[in-house]
Parts: sequence; C-alpha cells; structure tokens
Amino acid sequence: MDTRDTFRHNVLTSGHRACSGCGEAMAARMVVDLIGPDAIYVNATGCLQVFTTHNQQSAWQAPWIHSVFANAAAVASGVEAALRARGKDTPVVVQAGDGGTFDIGLQCLSGMIERGHDVLFVCYDNEAYMNTGVQRSSSTPHAVRTTTTPPGRLSEGKHHLKKDLISIIAAHQMPYAATATVAYFPDLKAKVEKAMRIKGPRFLHVLSPCPLGWDHDAALSVTVARLAVETGLFPLIEMEYGAVTGVMRLARQRPVEEYLKLQGRFKHLFADKEGAAEIRHLQALADANIRRYGLLDARTEWDTDRAVQAQRQGRGGYAVSPKETSL
Amino acid sequence: MRQLLEGSRAVVEAVRLCRPQVIAAYPITPQTHIIEHLAQFVADGDLPAGFINAESEFGAASVVLGAVAGGARAFTATASQGLLLMTEVLYNIAGMRLPLVMVCANRAVSAPINIFSDHQDSMSVRDAGWVQLYVESNQEAVDTVIQAYRIAETCELPVMVCMDGFFLTHTFEPVEIPEQAAVDEFLPPFHFARTLNPAQPMTLGGGSEPDNYLEFRAAQHQAMEQASEVIAAIDLDFGDHFGRSYGGLAEPYRLEGADTVMVTLGSTMGAVRDAADTLRGNGMPVGAVRLRCFRPFPAQALIHCLAGAKRVVVLEKAFSAGMGGIVSTELRAALHQAGMPIPVESFIGGLGGRDLTPAVIEEIFHLAASGKDFATSRFAGLDTGAMPSIEET
Repeated sequence: MDTRDTFRHNVLTSGHRACSGCGEAMAARMVVDLIGPDAIYVNATGCLQVFTTHNQQSAWQAPWIHSVFANAAAVASGVEAALRARGKDTPVVVQAGDGGTFDIGLQCLSGMIERGHDVLFVCYDNEAYMNTGVQRSSSTPHAVRTTTTPPGRLSEGKHHLKKDLISIIAAHQMPYAATATVAYFPDLKAKVEKAMRIKGPRFLHVLSPCPLGWDHDAALSVTVARLAVETGLFPLIEMEYGAVTGVMRLARQRPVEEYLKLQGRFKHLFADKEGAAEIRHLQALADANIRRYGLLDARTEWDTDRAVQAQRQGRGGYAVSPKETSL
Repeated sequence: MRQLLEGSRAVVEAVRLCRPQVIAAYPITPQTHIIEHLAQFVADGDLPAGFINAESEFGAASVVLGAVAGGARAFTATASQGLLLMTEVLYNIAGMRLPLVMVCANRAVSAPINIFSDHQDSMSVRDAGWVQLYVESNQEAVDTVIQAYRIAETCELPVMVCMDGFFLTHTFEPVEIPEQAAVDEFLPPFHFARTLNPAQPMTLGGGSEPDNYLEFRAAQHQAMEQASEVIAAIDLDFGDHFGRSYGGLAEPYRLEGADTVMVTLGSTMGAVRDAADTLRGNGMPVGAVRLRCFRPFPAQALIHCLAGAKRVVVLEKAFSAGMGGIVSTELRAALHQAGMPIPVESFIGGLGGRDLTPAVIEEIFHLAASGKDFATSRFAGLDTGAMPSIEET
C-alpha cells in the first residue's frame, strides 16, 4: 500500500498513463479515495481500464477486475452475490465510461438495478468514445464535433440529443441516483458518502471533461466542468426512488457560449449562422433544465458559489483519518 | 439411490451435490427445465445458493464470471443462441483462467430457427478455451457434472458439459444419484487462488501488449493440453469412488478386429452401439469410438483407439460451412500427424433434431465399408428434392 500521503488511501495511485488534465482520472481518484481500499472495484473496458492497467502494470491498490466492455454491471452482480454467499459485506463498486453505461453497458446495468444488487455504479461521463479516438456515443450532446459526427457541408455535428440517462436510471425506482462533476468536490464527496451509506443499487453520474476529445486546454478541465453546471447544461441533482430529492442551485446562470467557446468540439458553431442556430438550440436545452429542476430557485443548502468557496478551504474534505490497516 | 428422472432433473441433482454458491441463467429451450429445477431447489431451501435471473445469456455468463472471481463456486446453463450470445464472455472466462462449470443443452443454431438438438452451438465456440465434454446418457451427465467441477478447479479452466437437448434433457432414464458424503469426499471445497480480496488486492483482467500477449495465450493452450491427463485421471478416480467411469477422453466400443470404425459424440452413440451390434451379428467387423472430450482434442487417445482400423467414418452433428465436418477435419489432421494414412469419411447428420436411427447408421456403415463413393463430407439422409432454391425463397 502506498502510504506517502497519510491523508489519502491512494487506491488509484500515481504513475498511470492518463492524459494531462484527464477529468476521468481526477474523478476516479476522488471517488475511490473516498470509498477506500476495503472494496472490490469492477471496471468496464475504456480509458480508465487502459490507462491504469497497462501491460501487467497496475495503478490499483485495491482488488480490481475488468472483464469486457458491456458487462461490468453483470460481473459486479456476480461478485456481490459471491460475497454475500460467503457472508461478507465488502462494498462492490463499478466504474465505467459513458460508452459502458449509456450504450453497450445499459442492458447489464438495467438488470443489475432491477435485481436490486448492493452495488454502486459510477459512470465517468466524457461524452464520447475517447479511448478509441473520440467517436460519438449516446451521451454526446447535440451539435458536438466527434470523428463520427464531423461537421461538414450538410452537418453541424451530432444530430441527436444527449440521452437523459439519469431519468432512465431513476425510472428503476432505485434507492439513490445522483449527478456530480469534478468541479464541486464537496458535492461529489457528499454524494459518494451518501451512496456508500445506502444498501441496494446506487448510481453516480460524474461529468468528466476530456481535454483531448473536448479540445480544451488541459489546465481548464475543472473550469469547463464548472461551466457545464453553471450554464444549466449539466444539472447536479439527486434522485431517490424515482423522485428528485436534491438539486444544487445555481447562484446565477451563465450563457452557454461561455462553456462552448472554451472547447474545440463546439468551434464550428461559431463559424456561421447555422452554427448560431445550434447555439440557440443548446441554450434552449440549458433553459429547459433550469425550469425542469428549478435550478435558479431550489431551496437547498448549497449553491454553485458556496460549493466553490467550500472547496477552496483547506484540503476540501480529503482530511479523513487514515484507516487502521490490518494488511 | 436409483431413480427414474428426466435428464434436466438428474443433472440438477448433480449440480446441487456440488454445492454451488451462485447460479445465474437466462431461459432458453431446451435448457429451461434445468434452471427451473434449480430455482425450485433454492426457493425450497434445499440449495443454499444465490439464484440470479440474468437479463440475457451475456449477462448470465458475466454474473458467474464475477461470482468465481468473488470466490464462489458457480453454475450456469444455456444452449444455441444463448451460447453464441455468451461468446465474448466465454473467451474472457477462459483467458482469465476461471474455474467454472456450464451445461450446454445442445441445440441447433438459427437461421432457420430450430429448437431441436445438434452440436453446432458448442462446436462453434470450440476455440474459446473451454474444456468440452459430450455425454451419452443422463447418468453420464450426472457423473460428468461432478467430474467437471474437479477438472475445472484442478486445471483452472472452465468446463462445458454438453448434453443433447431433448434427447437427454427431456428424456426419463433410471439414474443413480450419488450420496452427498461421497461427492464431498470426491470434490474438495471451492478454492480460487486469485479471489478478489481487499486483504490481498490483485488486478484481474488488466491489459497486455505484443511483448507478452502471446505468452499468455500459449500458457492457456499448454494448460488445455495438460488437462487431457487430468480429465482421464479424474474419470478413473470417479470410477474408484462411485463404480462408474466413461473411458476418460474417448470411449471404444467393439474395436476388436474392427475394419470400419465410426466416431461420434453424445447421445447418438446409443444408436451406433445398436447398429454395430446388428452388423457384428451379420459378420461385419465394425466398431465405434465415442469422443467424450472434444476440447482438449484427444489426438493420442483417438490414435490409440484407431490403430487397427482400415477406415474411419465420423458421424457428426455440426459442420463448418464451406469446409465440412469439424471433428473429421481434426481427426484427419491428427492421423496425418501420426503417420497413419487411414481414410476418414464424414457424415453430417442429425441436424436440427433429425433422427439418426440405427437403420440410417447401418447404411452409413455399409457405405463407408464399401469404400466406394468416398467423400470427405456428405449429409446423411439428405432429401435433395426438398432443398430450397433462391428462386423459391
């Protein structure tokens, strides 16, 4: 066990091969450090699996298994069933990208939730197939440039809307489903800790910017994630048994251009009047989220400004007492 | 105790005696009675296991994969399209060297969709890295499931027990169900060395590169080759414990002085035995070999059985379109490698549940023995007039 930083478990330790500014690496490090090494981690195929277990080297300091792309939730169901059959209550956590959650992994995920397995499923959503070179997924937002939805004479990028996954998940009437980002650590921490206190299937959807695929400065990953929230494009919400039970209120709504202009994947929208129409469309989608979840007027402990202030105080919640290790 | 049991019911008695802790399955004909009986055992408290109704066969295979990695003995069963849907996971289970046992209730593959028995499903995944054992009777299905767990856990390889759909799964036969204490003595408690465990964290299923992938794959092949001896030894040991064994890798029948030898798999062997008896009664020197273990391919055992044969005819219930019979192709390669120039003729039959009667089999014996019209592959009992043409469809 890596004990260089006594305030952290380093379940996902240094030396892995993520790109600089990788939102998924950041998100995974936060999530698994909060859960700790006394858990079993199941990974779908994807960037996280590739950059942490390259060629017989592993960055994981906890038991970790990867099988294939689509089946992480089913493998976790089996691990959980085995542990319970053996009288153990070790937590089981799935980590998958948006491909392994929204698309190819959705059937196994639905089965896992429907059967009530005691598993936390964490989706690190970077809104396309980044590991294979930025192809569109059903999580890719409208009008985004990817290598399989290229803007061209007849196209303004992806034609279809980002799948409303959290609603699909919540429709399973499951105990807990929430969205989070790498931009608001206290919010993410509260949601991971809450999820870990609940039994049964739980789902956490973490927006994780990808400097490579989103084509933004690697130093701006947190800024970009924060703007996704502040524009209303990615609402931070909690759902319990199908009902919305928590919303992070926006201190103010920012126009979507502030989010779009930092990212090359939206650059074509600023080139002509067809692009301008798509920007208005994206603004309308953000406004619809604001109304749907009451993002400007929700009664809530946190708003986006206060969450950022809390994050800037000290270690931002990492100061958990180091676990007594019996290893 | 000797009981009259349906094949599916008999096989779940064996599964229960092996004390699986996790069972996952998705229903498909003709596997359904197996999982229904298991679900009832669990519901009645007669089998202390988790029973997971998966959302697909792909999911079912993934659940038992996770269960074994989580330290539990696991079981699943499927057939036909279900086995093909599992394919990606089957390779993965074998590559991770997870000891798992599955029953395949052999059934034809679509299109055209057909629920009846042949071997196209399991033969199609022959390269996945699973041990494949084909059983002739319900008694052998019971005994082979128990052997399979010991083979899997000794070799760290997954084992598929292939039993013909309907011909075995839905047929009642008298079956001897072993005593629990005897099975416990034969099959040690489950232990998997790479169990996911926070006290000893390990990474399972990480990446590999061109500089070591080849070595992983070669080690897997070596383990399969070495499994041949283990499979034969465990069958013999089963005989010592229970008084029944099945010839290990390949089971000979009336080979003394046999010129023409038929090689086949599964329940068809019953009719082959009857046909061979009839022909022997008529003074025709025929014999047979039942290929019990198809993977690993028991080249040495087959060479030993066929050493005295003048010609071999393979009766097989699967084929590779554009190539012909699968077992016959592999057998020819093995005999060629051993410097034994015995002609091997192939008859593909019994597809989609078509009956292979002793009369049909006698005719095949006669055709093969005559040495005339030798063909590397032909279809037994084919009605050429009934074959669809593109214009008709």
